[in-house]
Amino acid sequence: MKRKLLIDKAGVPGIASYEVYRKEGGYRAVEKALKSMAPDDVVEEVKKSGLRGRGGAGFPTGMKWSFLAKPEGVPRYLLCNADESEPGTFKDRFLMEKIPHLLIEGMIVSSYALGANTSYIYIRGEYMWILHILEKAIAEAYQAGWLGKNILGTGYNLDLYVNPGAGAYICGEETALIESLEGKRGNPRIKPPFPAVKGLWGCPTVVNNVETIAAVVPIVNDGGEEYAKIGVGRSTGTKLISACGNINKPGVYEIELGISVDEFLYSDEYCGGIKNGKQLKACVPGGSSVPILPHFLVTRTAAGEERLMTYESLADGGFQTGSMLGSGGFIVYDEDQCIVRNTWNFTRFYHHESCGQCSPCREGTGWMEKVLHRLEYGHGKMEDIELLWDIQAKIEGNTICPLGDAAAWPVASALRHFREEFEWHVKEPAQAMQRNYGRVTEKVFEAANA
Amino acid sequence: MAKVTIDGHTVEVPDGTTILNAARLVGGETVPPAMCYYSSLKGSGGKCRTCLVEVSKGSEKDPRPMPKLVASCSTPVMDGMEVKNKTSPRVLDARKGVVEFLLINHPLDCPICDQAGECHLQDLAFEHGKSATRYEFKRREFEKIDIGPYIQLHMTRCILCYRCVYTADQLTNGRVHGVMKRGDAAEISTFIEKAIDNDFSGNVIDVCPVGALTDRTFRFKSRVWYTKPMDAHRDCDKCCGKAVLWMVGNEVYRVTARKDQFGEVKEFICNTCRFDKKEASDWTIEGPRMIDRHSVISANKYFEPEPEHTPLLNKA
Ligand SMILES: Cc1cc2nc3c(=O)[nH]c(=O)nc-3n(C[C@H](O)[C@H](O)[C@H](O)COP(=O)(O)O)c2cc1C
Ligand code: SF4
Ligand code: SF4
Ligand code: FES
Repeated sequence: MKRKLLIDKAGVPGIASYEVYRKEGGYRAVEKALKSMAPDDVVEEVKKSGLRGRGGAGFPTGMKWSFLAKPEGVPRYLLCNADESEPGTFKDRFLMEKIPHLLIEGMIVSSYALGANTSYIYIRGEYMWILHILEKAIAEAYQAGWLGKNILGTGYNLDLYVNPGAGAYICGEETALIESLEGKRGNPRIKPPFPAVKGLWGCPTVVNNVETIAAVVPIVNDGGEEYAKIGVGRSTGTKLISACGNINKPGVYEIELGISVDEFLYSDEYCGGIKNGKQLKACVPGGSSVPILPHFLVTRTAAGEERLMTYESLADGGFQTGSMLGSGGFIVYDEDQCIVRNTWNFTRFYHHESCGQCSPCREGTGWMEKVLHRLEYGHGKMEDIELLWDIQAKIEGNTICPLGDAAAWPVASALRHFREEFEWHVKEPAQAMQRNYGRVTEKVFEAANA
Repeated sequence: MAKVTIDGHTVEVPDGTTILNAARLVGGETVPPAMCYYSSLKGSGGKCRTCLVEVSKGSEKDPRPMPKLVASCSTPVMDGMEVKNKTSPRVLDARKGVVEFLLINHPLDCPICDQAGECHLQDLAFEHGKSATRYEFKRREFEKIDIGPYIQLHMTRCILCYRCVYTADQLTNGRVHGVMKRGDAAEISTFIEKAIDNDFSGNVIDVCPVGALTDRTFRFKSRVWYTKPMDAHRDCDKCCGKAVLWMVGNEVYRVTARKDQFGEVKEFICNTCRFDKKEASDWTIEGPRMIDRHSVISANKYFEPEPEHTPLLNKA
């Protein structure tokens, strides 16, 4: 039986309440850490665990924590990134909704490890009902003495707040999150300085994803080494994957890193295969920002090896033939789906969400969206394909924050792997429209581009 | 101190100096264009991406090249760093891309724009752009807004460099001017088109690299290249009183602050000097002003060789 460390108890009735959570063994990690471990011991266990950031970039969490500057007399902050807005990603939502106390327990232990006395959970504004769930859980934790002054009589103080954003994807970028939390416009900052040196209110700050922070609880409970036993190579532990698209069983799954993509996609334990007996056409394995894979590169790498659900294996082949584990938003497309339409849809998102600070992203995302729209609605030209390639190449790597790259990669990979479909949209616009939108009359066809 | 080599020229600069400022010491072609950075405005820079350069050697200690192009205005030099600006095809290509991005939503209304002739976007497009556009869609449109009696905002021309925002933030008290909305829908605005009523608000006109913020008292009076710039000063109790008068005959058409060779104002002036002192007799005129930015107002001939450049400090 595969191990689940985070959402194993998600089905226990009443687990969202403090009493049930506690009865099921909750807050043991706080007791253990605060009573028997020094803060650095906790950091050490996290290092041993090999835990990597679950927010998308996969940066080793222990290393990130050890970079935190610790000047005398300056407060430090831990911020939990619960802005989860990447299309296809809804794992943090599941965790916070079902087991809010797991996140709070993780926040306490992690704040202790970092020496933070004030911590924030920054949650996307659209998750307002989860904000209320978290607020209730935080109140319960204060009530039971897990938060506040002199926790467990150890002298350690921690205040925890939850703060909603106002609906901007960009506020998930860590420095934009900090700006937003400070009450400013959510524009990413120019780095350096990095948050580890100058973050919230100019103080050293760590920003971690919800799932990363939750994973610290089993790491403290069972030890880093135990955690590291799960997984393959540098991909250790378990990972939440939110699966969606044309599959039989969409939902949030906790997997052991290292299971094969084939098993994840086709076994009944997880996605249960493609819906309606269709064939797989493509897969975006890690949220809308990562490169799309054509069907023949989903379960196998270009070298013919079995592709695994790990950071390394999904990235095997680089951008030519690989993708990324990203945020764990696993989107599956069957043979009826249109890659041009999908690329347009993603691009529309990035255009809408660009903060507009830097020229390549502000202007380039809108331009790509318009060109893709034209292609999708049957008014494209062959030159548009080259143009798109050129625009994405001029955005990638030239922007302040990774949103620019995130907008460029889906376009680049779609053109790389599905160029013929783009060409088909130019050559046979009526056929393409017919496939995507059913029987199209001339009037609709004209109106689509009006 | 750190030794840095840019396009083959080596300079020694204090630690923490940005690549752009080091390049400005070298001068000439080595200086990357900067549309958003402004020395005297804290926090400015990093946005327009025209100043991207290639770092081919990180430092003496860690000689690895930086994988991405970096914004020279916000990247500090390291000892032993080697930078390529004009000598990097990658940089020139990326810069061409940035210029194209800056222009796709620009109205290209230079013939009726007061900034023409002293517009940094015009210069940049001339040097790095293409003569034709690949953009075939509707451009962004905005209504013109009068922010008070002196300043007009033409949002269509704005490149969102944020300079005016920092100016309003840092020079004037009470923040009334900022960026609203997001992405390419973002706009510079005062909240609900409120007038900027402040002794130093006129400086937003000078910091604006394009014709998005223009002087209403000068609007359509003349093309800048028909006016003669004269250094002048007066006793002012609000500011330094050092300005440039843009004259036709004996008439003062416009008053601005003095800009250096990189187009930056070092000493800002107050609105009284700028908007109310429009008589030659209000001023002590020092003499004609040298404009050493290579734009039409100074030369009206783009194809002459670069004028001899005056370095800010002695070269190391
Ligand atoms: C545009 C953009 C949006 C992001 N959104 C999120 C998000 O919603 N949640 C998240 O955890 N990380 C997000 N990130 C990544 C964060 O910047 C940051 O790397 C992450 O929170 C670090 O946490 P981790 O090390 O635990 O993964 C985003 C990054 C970018 C560039
Ligand atoms: S890349 Fe896009 S989202 Fe990021 S800072 Fe630049 S404009 Fe804003
Ligand atoms: S109005 Fe001018 S100064 Fe202000 S952001 Fe736009 S271009 Fe920059
Ligand atoms: S001047 Fe450096 S990014 Fe604008």
